[in-house]
Amino acid sequence: MKFTLSEEQTQFADTLDALLAKSDAARAWATGNHEPGLAVWRHLADLGATTIATDGEPVDMVVVMEAIGYHAIPGPAIETIAVLPEWLDGALLATTAIPPHVSYAVDADVADRVFVVQDGTLFAAVPGKRVTSVDPCRALFEVTATAEIGPLAGAFDRGVLACAAQLLGAGRALLAKSVEYVKQRTQFGKPIGSYQAVKHHLAAVHVGLELARPVVYGAALGVLPASAAKIAAGDAAYRAARTALQVHGAIGYTTENDLSLWLTKVRALHSAWGTGQVHRARVMTELSA
Amino acid sequence: MDLDLDAATLAFQAEVRSWLAANTPADLPSMDTADGFEAHRAWERTLFDARLSVVSWPEEFGGRNASLLQWVVFEEEYYAAGAPARVSQNGIFLLAPTLFAHGTAEQCARLLPTMANAEQVWAQAWSEPEAGSDLAAIRAAARRTDGGWLLSGQKTWSSRATFADRGFGLFRTSGERHRGLTYFMFSLRAPGVTVRPIAQLDGEPGFAEIFLDDVFVPDDDVIGDVDNGWKVAMSTASNERGLSLRSPGRFLATARRLVELWETSPDPVLRDRVVDAWLGAQAYRLYTFGTVTRLASGGSLGAESSVNKLFWSDLDIAMHETALDLLGGEGETTGDWLDGYLFSLAGPIYAGTNEIQRNVVAERILGLPR
Ligand SMILES: Cc1cc2nc3c(=O)[nH]c(=O)nc-3n(C[C@H](O)[C@H](O)[C@H](O)COP(=O)(O)OP(=O)(O)OC[C@H]3O[C@@H](n4cnc5c(N)ncnc54)[C@H](O)[C@@H]3O)c2cc1C
Repeated sequence: MKFTLSEEQTQFADTLDALLAKSDAARAWATGNHEPGLAVWRHLADLGATTIATDGEPVDMVVVMEAIGYHAIPGPAIETIAVLPEWLDGALLATTAIPPHVSYAVDADVADRVFVVQDGTLFAAVPGKRVTSVDPCRALFEVTATAEIGPLAGAFDRGVLACAAQLLGAGRALLAKSVEYVKQRTQFGKPIGSYQAVKHHLAAVHVGLELARPVVYGAALGVLPASAAKIAAGDAAYRAARTALQVHGAIGYTTENDLSLWLTKVRALHSAWGTGQVHRARVMTELSA
Repeated sequence: MDLDLDAATLAFQAEVRSWLAANTPADLPSMDTADGFEAHRAWERTLFDARLSVVSWPEEFGGRNASLLQWVVFEEEYYAAGAPARVSQNGIFLLAPTLFAHGTAEQCARLLPTMANAEQVWAQAWSEPEAGSDLAAIRAAARRTDGGWLLSGQKTWSSRATFADRGFGLFRTSGERHRGLTYFMFSLRAPGVTVRPIAQLDGEPGFAEIFLDDVFVPDDDVIGDVDNGWKVAMSTASNERGLSLRSPGRFLATARRLVELWETSPDPVLRDRVVDAWLGAQAYRLYTFGTVTRLASGGSLGAESSVNKLFWSDLDIAMHETALDLLGGEGETTGDWLDGYLFSLAGPIYAGTNEIQRNVVAERILGLPR
């Protein structure tokens, strides 16, 4: 029993962090300028991060997705990295819808390959109408199947796990940003982080994230269902988002402040890939089987 | 990264499981009654004879030198088997680590074996009427006398002190606040000691006030240096908040019973809360495996124990509230779930209130200013 990242995995996570921390591709992506984001994705591909799900273990995939969440990297990450790695075929980005819980294919305008998974079967697809997400970095598209490709097992659960990891990373980033902010913002002559109400909010966020992380990694190891990871990480990240907004005050409510990149993404991912209710129903079905 | 148990741990788990299956008694009366206390003491003796009462201790004191992982596994098996609550918990989980870290060889040899077989059951006498969260406000004092000390003052909320044999706590020997406190052990039967039982929410005298009036304690019953009691106490206080007092085993067992209860009347409205309770117990289990891994490679528990305490105490209440709601109108009536609920309600208060734990997390882990 060794429930921690290996030395190589930690090093890989550090490498990813160093690469992604420099990225400010999100704002450009939101306005349709994909080039800075694609440059990041080419770096990720060079590091082997986009094919990690086929080359490594699920834990490695989670490491990558957590980093992507932490740095609010735009693009169809869950789809490319966790769901469709075998179907990338040398391309950079792939996307898919998986109805009923993933109704839209995210970033189908920029993805090299577009699919839809219906009842466990993979189809090539073409994007249709665009739908606006709360997260301006997520361009959502309706898709229409064109040609049947073949069976694709476990696609939804792999995506759910990746989504959980991304949420976990985003939640951790929101807490880090909040901690940094409340230490330097002064009101009534003191840093707001010295007020107990603020402290207790952030402590609760920390506890939630600390206990969600082992669930996500436990799901990667297969001891818990992917649904459990989505519930735990979704709730912890959402609490981190609500609290981050509250402790930032009005500045957090603006799109000018970068916090909005994470706030909107967490809200979007909380709804995407199956809501908490969907996943709780799945867990109970498994528990009482 | 893996969660696989090694061969030695699997063998230990199998032994514990089969021993518990053969030996776990049917429900004992509450340990907060005179009969129940003695029944629990006898059960500790049975555990001790199988060398299962203190598995992580050295063999010379009745243990098996079990690793932390094996101890966690033991606890999972213990609660899964529905075995009784541990009447000696405050001795074996709170005082013993202090003795291992700060006690003399003589103290360990004299006190640990009778703690392990529950011949002596220990009560924690830390809190006072004016020193709750603010433990450094302790007023009970010790005066020098020939060959030892005379303790005087009042301790309170001391769990199981009603029927226990000995107590341990801090007394003022000089100075103010954290300075000048000394860690003493004393007999609850010594001349000058008066124990007044206090009925808890369930009506049973689960804790007590202790009045001390010039109670003689020999020098041999001081732990660590005189005036250094605060450091001695704090160095092992994380044991109480953290893993050792409430390992995942009991919550996993409660979660399993909760899922079974739900299955007998699958109320769709309560389904999500049942899943959350089950998931919370799994999360705490895996989180603990992370802690065990870290400690095994030389880390220390420290402020992280506050994260544990916040999580398990809220989880315990949520699980029992869900059970009472599943029981509908029957939730009001006495039974295991109601007992467990009343017990869980104290979780956010003892072992350092959850407000204090949130302060610790915010200041010592997140680095927020005081
Ligand atoms: C079932 C049970 C068993 C116990 N067993 C034992 C035992 O065996 N031995 C023993 O010594 N003690 C025991 N205790 C006592 C326990 O340790 C104390 O109750 C605890 O330390 C809190 O002290 P208090 O009750 O005086 O509350 P107070 O310290 O008066 O606190 C009251 C409220 O004020 C809040 N508060 C206080 N200070 C702050 C602050 N700085 N910031 C924010 N909020 C604050 C608290 O969080 C709490 O909500 C037990 C208590 C219970 C309920």
